[in-house]
Amino acid sequence: MKKIEAFVRHESFDAIRARLADMGLPSMSISEVKGSGRQGGYTESYRGAKTTIFMRPKLKLEMVVNDADLERAVDVILELAHTGEPGDGKIFIIPVEDAVRVRTGERGEIVLASHPDDAA
Amino acid sequence: MRKRSLRMLGAASLLLLGMPGLAAAQDGSLVETDVAVNMLWIVLGGILVLFMQAGFLLLETGLSRMKNAGAVAGKIIINLGITFLMFWATGFAIGFGNGNNFWGSSGWFLSTGDAAGDTLSLGLLDFTGADYGVPVEAFFFFQAVFAAVSLAIVYGTMLDRTKFIAYIIFGVVFIGLIYPIVAHWTWGGGWLAQDGFLDFAGSSIVHLQGALAALTGTLVLGARLGKFGKDGKPRPIPGHSIPLFMLGVIILWFGWMGFNGASSLAAVGANFADIIVNTNLAAAGGVIGATIGALIMFRTLDVSQMGNGAIAGLVAITAACAFVDPWASVIIGFVAGLIAPMIVVGLDKMRIDDPIGAIPVHGIAGIWGTLAVGLFGTAARTVDSDLGASAGLFYGGGGEQLWVQFYGVMATIGFTGAATLVLWLIIKYTVGLRVPEEQELAGLDISEHGMYGYPEQFIEVPGAFPESTRHSAGMAMLSRPTSNSEPE
Repeated sequence: MKKIEAFVRHESFDAIRARLADMGLPSMSISEVKGSGRQGGYTESYRGAKTTIFMRPKLKLEMVVNDADLERAVDVILELAHTGEPGDGKIFIIPVEDAVRVRTGERGEIVLASHPDDAA
Repeated sequence: MRKRSLRMLGAASLLLLGMPGLAAAQDGSLVETDVAVNMLWIVLGGILVLFMQAGFLLLETGLSRMKNAGAVAGKIIINLGITFLMFWATGFAIGFGNGNNFWGSSGWFLSTGDAAGDTLSLGLLDFTGADYGVPVEAFFFFQAVFAAVSLAIVYGTMLDRTKFIAYIIFGVVFIGLIYPIVAHWTWGGGWLAQDGFLDFAGSSIVHLQGALAALTGTLVLGARLGKFGKDGKPRPIPGHSIPLFMLGVIILWFGWMGFNGASSLAAVGANFADIIVNTNLAAAGGVIGATIGALIMFRTLDVSQMGNGAIAGLVAITAACAFVDPWASVIIGFVAGLIAPMIVVGLDKMRIDDPIGAIPVHGIAGIWGTLAVGLFGTAARTVDSDLGASAGLFYGGGGEQLWVQFYGVMATIGFTGAATLVLWLIIKYTVGLRVPEEQELAGLDISEHGMYGYPEQFIEVPGAFPESTRHSAGMAMLSRPTSNSEPE
């Protein structure tokens, strides 16, 4: 099991979510984050006072997948989050010890499998 | 007078100056319907001015931070509580009661020695029915809501860092004593009125006074934490809602129709539509002026400055709206708006923190508007109206009126500036004026009032977040989507 932590542009998310879901990978979490990187800051001007905002809003996408699904999932994010400009974001891959499904108490890779009703 | 008063700004202003008798029909007393119509307009105007408090609430809330939004709402409503009680107790008597050239001293608690109350003689104002044309209660209500506007201006500049108790103490003295003394000089028939000083609806009396108290207040109080960096450079502390701010601006603009329009203090024979047109032209000029001013000064189309420009135009035309031609109204408003962003920058340079811009739009625009009467006042509307006034500089009246306007403004600055400065210092060294740093960082909502204006923003509120989709939920809107893609 691996955890994918991807920092991406907000506008890229809808397409990523739809494609991953179609591939049978609907389980994910997102959060609004702010970060800095090579993209740099921007200027805020309010009633004549100016300041530079260094932390830009990004979306953090987190999902845990089976090792077998990892490359497929990363490829989707790589394809759909890419514009070629600074600020496209980064993807981190982290090993995961175990997983527990709260509803049933099941453990291990079975937790990551899609519900049988789900597509694909 | 009836015929003459069709030209009417004259008579309107006479009423304002409280010269009895001149407003009544020459051939006798006003008839009952005249009184009814006059009263209707004055009370309606007062209701519009009362609604301006909603405008101040939204304007100030919009330009404050979320952690202080509830505190702003609290001080708006305490303002109304203090103003009506204090203006009833002492303010009205000092402002409009019988007395000397500097203050009135009769009519405490609206007592006039007349049980009926609606026919009385109070100071230079003669309310004995026929002469004046409205019951004294109408006039009291109208003046009380004006005082509340002046106090609201003070509180705005001090938001985000002032102890609530300081607002209460200041409000009691300001409404009960300071504001009405300056009002008496002109509107109570005092020394400025006798010199021919013209301030139709209060550019100086209401707005400049409020801005002066705001200035002395922020000087004693100091800037909000973090407003100025260690290098002295101003830093933006953006307000949390520009749409709320602009709704406040538009409500103020709306209320100003009563503020200026009903300051004719009569409807019968009074051309208050003329005043209302001038008022709107100036507000429009202010918007355009401030938009250009912000572009020049900041290189941005700063929306908060555009809104401030409307208010600056309205404040500036308040003194002059009954005395000038429409084209002059546009100029007066435009200049007031154009200079507002420059004043904002100047205040920042002097490290004076004015979060809502009250000092430029009520203070500087108030001074400009009062002086503008001495520049643009037309002979027909100043000389002929027996106000003891002269036409403005640009209408062949020479500098005489401008000089009167100038020392009227200076007297207001001297008196109100000094009185409010002393009052703020007394508050500072007794109960304290500013909350401790820790409370300021926490926000006044929680530290002064124990409740947030926007609780969900800061704390867990039971049931605040909707739990919408149990898997088996039967409602159509909550059913599971059949596709993973967005509906095309």
